[in-house]
Amino acid sequence: MSEMTFNDPWWLVLLKVIAIFAMLVLLTLFTIWWERRVVARMQSRVGPNRVGPFGLLQSLMDGFKLALKEEIIPKTAHRAVYWIAPVISATMAFIAFAVIPFGPMVSIFGVETPLQLTDFPVSVLYVLAVASIGIYGIVLAGWSSGSTYPLLGGLRSSAQMISYELAMSMSFVAVFLYAGSMSTSEIVAAQEPIWYAVILLPSFLIYVTAMVGETNRAPFDLPEAEGELVGGFHTEYSSLKFALFFLAEYINMVTVSALATTLFLGGWRAPWPISLWESANTGWWPLLWWLIKVQLFIFVFIWLRGTLPRLRYDQFMRFGWKVLIPASLVWIVIVAAARVVRNEFSVTTQELLLVGAGALIAIVLGSWVLQIRTARQEKRELEEAAAEAAKPFDPYAGGYPVPPLPGQEFTFTSRRALAGATVAGTTVTATDVSEAVSGEAPEEETHA
Amino acid sequence: MTETGASTAEAAVFWVCAVLAVTGGLGLILSRRAVHSALWVALTMISLAVLYLANAAPFLGMVQIIVYTGAVMMLFLFVLMVVGVDSSDSLVETLKGQRVVGILLAAGFGILLVLAIGTALSGVPAVGLDAANAEYGGNVEGIARLLFGEYLLAFEIVAGLLITAALGALVLAHRERWQPRRTQRELSEERVRSGEHVGPMPAPGVYARHNAVDTPALLPDGSVSEISVPGPLRARGDLRPVDTAAVAETEALASGRAALGPADHPVADDPGTSPGEPR
Repeated sequence: MSEMTFNDPWWLVLLKVIAIFAMLVLLTLFTIWWERRVVARMQSRVGPNRVGPFGLLQSLMDGFKLALKEEIIPKTAHRAVYWIAPVISATMAFIAFAVIPFGPMVSIFGVETPLQLTDFPVSVLYVLAVASIGIYGIVLAGWSSGSTYPLLGGLRSSAQMISYELAMSMSFVAVFLYAGSMSTSEIVAAQEPIWYAVILLPSFLIYVTAMVGETNRAPFDLPEAEGELVGGFHTEYSSLKFALFFLAEYINMVTVSALATTLFLGGWRAPWPISLWESANTGWWPLLWWLIKVQLFIFVFIWLRGTLPRLRYDQFMRFGWKVLIPASLVWIVIVAAARVVRNEFSVTTQELLLVGAGALIAIVLGSWVLQIRTARQEKRELEEAAAEAAKPFDPYAGGYPVPPLPGQEFTFTSRRALAGATVAGTTVTATDVSEAVSGEAPEEETHA
Repeated sequence: MTETGASTAEAAVFWVCAVLAVTGGLGLILSRRAVHSALWVALTMISLAVLYLANAAPFLGMVQIIVYTGAVMMLFLFVLMVVGVDSSDSLVETLKGQRVVGILLAAGFGILLVLAIGTALSGVPAVGLDAANAEYGGNVEGIARLLFGEYLLAFEIVAGLLITAALGALVLAHRERWQPRRTQRELSEERVRSGEHVGPMPAPGVYARHNAVDTPALLPDGSVSEISVPGPLRARGDLRPVDTAAVAETEALASGRAALGPADHPVADDPGTSPGEPR
């Protein structure tokens, strides 16, 4: 376990912990203000501008006010779980940051140490693990409130976060394959020549989509859809407990942004024009590059919120399971195949790219031909379906209670009715029986 | 653990997590609510994961949390919440004496386990995973080497089984559609073509005195708009009767005549009378 803390003295570990905590709280306050200002600008408003310079202290004041509000706990709440849910949420949001690298080796009070609390061989998995425990906070909040809207919100969020976590972790696989490691600092080091956002663009796009779903942010904010669920899982929370959820949401935003920076944008490494400057990647400067990259992602979050309407729930789930996950699977196969070809055969990158381009053209041409064919077939099927729909629909064809297959005709299966029909000496038609079975109850008319 | 040369930090981690894990196990059996049981299991799983971490198996520890706590237990919780298994179970014994027999059997099995594992492990020097981890350059690399080298066949068989299970679940959950699903577009086109009611249905209670779902909306001429009340209520005849006097009063107020006294008309929509009762 010794390599987990970079052999720092205990006071340095404590110092880093406190610094990360303070930075996250400050970043939350800043992000709330920044979000309100940016969204206001996008909606031709001014936004908070009263407390402090440019309204910067607004979120601090709001925080004080929130903490001093009266706490209301519903009678039907399950006290213990109700109490622990926001604690889980907030704690997990904070501790995920333990493995994020902020910068290279620096000297703090004479001790050489990297700007990172800890790192171990599977630290990206650690972030995933912590995030999956964090979901418990939301789900338990929904369940323990003893109220309908929170329960629905909790259900939605558990389904949503599990689905999007799958796509998210699959987008990591290509990064692991390229970096040959799951440790955050080694992944940053492996992006020395080029960022993974460039060479692994599909992974990057999948991750950015999944991270919005994972943090319950617009346009994927279905667990707290205010138009349908009031506040979703936190409807029944007030005062400091609500503040904890609020805090957790914003820290989670920072966390997924920091992870995106680490995995795809070269972490604390300086971007291209700056990286020409020799000392750009030494000392405390990288902390600034890191902060700028994270803020870029947070701006994207805000931008999305200001631009896109919320998705419908079924569309959202379909997108996750039928688009994101298959796309990441296909991409992983491509990346793995490319790696194997490069390792096993002596192929240069250029040749590989050429072959890849050829395959891409073949796929595009093939899909074009296929599309024309399927379009024709679809048209034919549509015509057939229209012809089928023109016939009167008989739900009792094939015999109640088994629903009929398309095109199936009514067959007479009731032996008793058949026997009765022969005794009476009459022929029973299909419509007679189906009407007898499905005869609608006469509607009652009651109004003054 | 201490006698095999573990550091004090490791011993501390062991004692904290062991106590937590056992507490979680006991909590699972002893709690009355299904959701609480699920939470105790989650605690046990996380404690075990920390123990794996402390024993130089970081990959196993993380996967334990992601797969078991994050996915399996979350699915349990999800089902418990959907099904609403909320009430405590009945504690009446249906089989006579089963509790005593059960406790005896469990205690016997427990003693057997403790003794067997205890004798098997006592006097065995703790090797640790350091050598195994170092062999292929790391914990993850070592696991990968074993999984995709020595145990490849077993791995592939398990993969085949899992895929079969997933396909089975697909088949079981599959529902044959016996009519093509009508899209939102088709439905709206149909609505427009029928020409009956293109927009959304009127909300109940508009221009009436209540906004309850069973109060029909009133049209400008004072007649009732039946489509404003949900279909099931209409079918059951649960329409709240219209307070004609109130309508007259509204009309009078609207036309500028003097307001009528409140006692002039019988109280029509008294909440005590059951809705749908003919007046």
